[in-house]
Amino acid sequence: MKKNTIISYLLPLILVVLLAVIPLQLKRGAEFSGADSQAEQAITAIAPDYQPWFSSLWEPPSGEIESLLFAVQAGLGCLVIGYYIGFQRGKRQTDR
Amino acid sequence: MPGKKSTLFIPLTMFLLLLPTPAWAMHIMEGFLPPVWAISWACISLPFFLLGLNKINRLVKEQPQMKLLLAMIGAFIFVLSALKLPSVTGSCSHPTGTGLGAILFGPLPVTVLGTIVLLFQALLLAHGGLTTLGANVFSMAIAGPLVAYGIFKALRRINSPLWLAVFLAATLGDLATYVVTALQLAIAFPDPTGGILASMQKFLTIFAVTQIPLAVSEGLLSVIAYNFIYTHNKNELEQLHIIS
Repeated sequence: MKKNTIISYLLPLILVVLLAVIPLQLKRGAEFSGADSQAEQAITAIAPDYQPWFSSLWEPPSGEIESLLFAVQAGLGCLVIGYYIGFQRGKRQTDR
Repeated sequence: MPGKKSTLFIPLTMFLLLLPTPAWAMHIMEGFLPPVWAISWACISLPFFLLGLNKINRLVKEQPQMKLLLAMIGAFIFVLSALKLPSVTGSCSHPTGTGLGAILFGPLPVTVLGTIVLLFQALLLAHGGLTTLGANVFSMAIAGPLVAYGIFKALRRINSPLWLAVFLAATLGDLATYVVTALQLAIAFPDPTGGILASMQKFLTIFAVTQIPLAVSEGLLSVIAYNFIYTHNKNELEQLHIIS
């Protein structure tokens, strides 16, 4: 692999993976729930009388369905990014 | 008919209540901003959104070749906001992905792209919400991109290397989003004894501290994307006056 590829793509990618793996090791046994559910608790602590006045029109019926929709979100995004990468590479090669 | 509905409704609600997974959302949750603030933030965000639409329309008309890059930036925001990453605080949050777009197209077009993502998540994932959309658009799709854009411009003026400018702009823009979220919650829910400042501190430890390593991740991912655009799409960068 070219040195350039390593520095511009591989090295940052490895750092991203490390940044995700290190917390899992540091905080073994932690819940890793969403930061928002902690915020919800904080709001209840500050203003115990507060009642949410509107609730979501629709909620994913289970965690499985939620992860399905998250996967769809990421998949759709990656489809477009992949198209862009392929298109640009192809264009550059025919230009040459 | 109402009878039939309620026989279905009660077990369904109980089923939902008994589910072990809470609905997680890294933005302000549906219904969790008092109406005054929900409306205020919506009013503040709306002009940015309209100006953004206008700017996108002009860009697409004047430089149709930018369409694909714009779509890619939207997709980048889509993917990054689906990545719920673990953090050192033992909770999860996700990057915003808005910094890269702000660097390339300026902050306004990103407001529109970010709003689309927030709507998708509010309607299909119960993640964020419709009543809190204005506040969430302001933090994620206005304040974050503005900070990213400002930092990128300032660093380029003092001739910092491109990758460093992209990295710091995306990282600090991401962090700014969550600092603003903490501020929005603190002014809506001031601490009964310590006031806004005490509340701010609480929300900052929840959102901003969790976000620090994730902001760095976003900076790195933005540099990767930028490097690709730089290698394969230099013309467009010149047309956008990012490089000369």
